[in-house]
Amino acid sequence: MYYNEEIETMDRESLRRLQSERLVHIVRYTYENVEFYRKRMDEAGVKPEDIRSIDDISKLPFMQKQDLRDYYPFGTFAAPMKDIVRFHASSGTTGKPIVAGYTQHDLDCWSEGVARCLTAYGATKEDIIQVSYGYGLFTGGLGAHDGASRIGASVLPTSSGNTSKQIMLMKDLGSTVLCCTPSYALFLAESIENDPDTSPSDIKLRFGAFGAEPWTENMRKELENKLGIKAYDIYGLTEVSGPGVGGECECQDGTHLWEDMFFPEIIDPVTLQPVKPGEQGELVFTTLTKEGMPVIRYRTRDLTHLIYDKCRCGRTMVRMARIMGRSDDMLIIRGVNVFPSQIESVILEIPEFTGQYFVTVDRVNNVDTFQVDVELRPEYYGDAMGKMLRLKDRLVGRLVSVLGIRPEIRIVEPNSIARSQGKAKHVLDKRIMNP
Amino acid sequence: MIIKQLSIFLNNEIGRFTEVTRILAEAGVNLQAFTLSEVSDFGILRLITDNNEKAIAILQENSYAVSTTDVVYIELPDRPGTLAKSIQKISDAGISVEYMYAFSQGNTASVVIRTDDVRQCNDVISK
Ligand SMILES: [Zn+2]
Repeated sequence: MYYNEEIETMDRESLRRLQSERLVHIVRYTYENVEFYRKRMDEAGVKPEDIRSIDDISKLPFMQKQDLRDYYPFGTFAAPMKDIVRFHASSGTTGKPIVAGYTQHDLDCWSEGVARCLTAYGATKEDIIQVSYGYGLFTGGLGAHDGASRIGASVLPTSSGNTSKQIMLMKDLGSTVLCCTPSYALFLAESIENDPDTSPSDIKLRFGAFGAEPWTENMRKELENKLGIKAYDIYGLTEVSGPGVGGECECQDGTHLWEDMFFPEIIDPVTLQPVKPGEQGELVFTTLTKEGMPVIRYRTRDLTHLIYDKCRCGRTMVRMARIMGRSDDMLIIRGVNVFPSQIESVILEIPEFTGQYFVTVDRVNNVDTFQVDVELRPEYYGDAMGKMLRLKDRLVGRLVSVLGIRPEIRIVEPNSIARSQGKAKHVLDKRIMNP
Repeated sequence: MIIKQLSIFLNNEIGRFTEVTRILAEAGVNLQAFTLSEVSDFGILRLITDNNEKAIAILQENSYAVSTTDVVYIELPDRPGTLAKSIQKISDAGISVEYMYAFSQGNTASVVIRTDDVRQCNDVISK
C-alpha cells in the first residue's frame, strides 16, 4: 500500500527533474533569505545561477551541527517568524540545543513522510497507534502523532515512561501499532514478559515503528519474537525534519528515503568527496521543500550506504542500508575503529546473552583498556562456572573477529546493566575525563 | 546423601558476598556451609542452608541469580585419613569431581561433593 503512489513509485528520471527543480529553488531561496548561506556560497565562489540541476549539488558547501549551534537560535531560519508555527529542539547533552522552526508547509511535508512510512508498514485508519516516543521538544512524539493522525488512525499519545501504565493501556485499548525507540520497545517487551498479569495474548500489536537511534537486525528479531510483531525502521533527524525522513517497506530490506523532499548523498567523511554509488560513507541531506529551517548538504554523521535498485515493493525511492554507526560515536581503541553497534550485533547473535551491554574504555599506563559488560539470560546463570566461561570465550572470539581487537568481557549479575528509556547510552569513555 | 545446594552468581565486587549473608541472616536463614569460587569478573557462591525455599525467595526478591544443584553430602568422623578413603572410592569408580568443600562441626567433618554423576557418587560412597 502507498500513501502517495505517484511520488513513491515515480520513475527515476522524473524524480531527478523534480529534485533539480526543487534544488534550484531552495538554493536561491536560502541565498536570498539567509545570511549564513549567502556567506558560505560566496566563500565557496558559487552563485545560485551555477545550480541548474541536482548534479550541481556537489558544488555547494557542506554544513554541520556546529553551524546550527553557532547560528543559534534563528540564524539559519529562512522564513519570517510570522510563518513559523512550531519549534522543536534536539537533546543536546552539552551547551545549546539545536532549535528547528517549522512552517505549516514543513509540518505538512513531515506528516506526509510519516504517513508514507506508516502506510508502507500496513497501517490504516482502523489501527490504534500508541505513540511512546517522548512528546515535547523531541521530534519523535509529535512527529509520529501527526503522521498517525494524517492517515486517520486512532492515536494513543502515551509519550515515554510510566511503563506499567503503557502496558495497561496497550492491553485495555488493544493498541495495534507501537511507535517508540527500539531500546524502549525492548524495555517494554521485557517488562511485559516479567509482568505476571500480562500474557502474550493480551497484546494486540501488529507492528512497531522504531527509530531515533540506530538498531540492528538482531534487535529486530528479538523485538519481533518478544512482541509478536513486525518491527520496522523509521528514520529521521531534527535538523532535517524529524522521524519520517524515510522508513522501511514490507520487504524490510532497506529504509526508503523520501528523496522528493530530502535529498541524500554519501560522502567520504575524511576527503568529503562523494563515494561511488553503493559505497559506504557519511550520509548528507539537503532539504528540497523546507521553508522554516532548510539545510543544504547537512552532514548527519550517520554511516551507511544507499541502494538505488528498485525495491520489490514497487517504490523507486532510494533505500538506505542500516546505519552502522555514527562517525562521531566511533571509538578509536588502540588505533582500531570500533562502533558500539558492531558490539551490539555480535552480542545479539549469541542467544544466551540478553543483548544489554555497557562498554568502558580507559587508558592505563598509556594503553587503552576496553571492557564490555554483558548479562546472561536468567536461565544461563547456574552452578557450572565452566559453562559460563565457555560462553564468554565464544563472545570474545566473535568480537575479536568482527572488531579486530580483543575486549575484556565481564559477565555481570542479571538486570544490573541500566536499561535506557530514551536514547540508549552504552559507552563510558573515561579517556575523555582523564586525558 | 544427596542434598540441594544453592548457587548464587555474584559480580566480583567488594561487599557482594557480605550483602548476601546479611540478606539471609535478616531472613532468619542459617548457613551450614558455603564456599566462594571466583574468576576475574564474577564469582559463584555455593551455600548449604537450613531453609532453601526461604533463601531462594528472598534472594530472588533482591534480584540475585540463584539456582539449585544436587550435591553429595557426607559426614565423617573428624579423624585423619577418613576423607582420603572416601575420595579413593570415588576415583576408583571413575567419577570425576567438579569441586568439593568441607567444614567441621565439632566431632564430625562434613563434606560436600559435586560430580558429573551425583547419584552414582552417592551410591559408591554409601557402600
Ligand atoms: Zn520497498
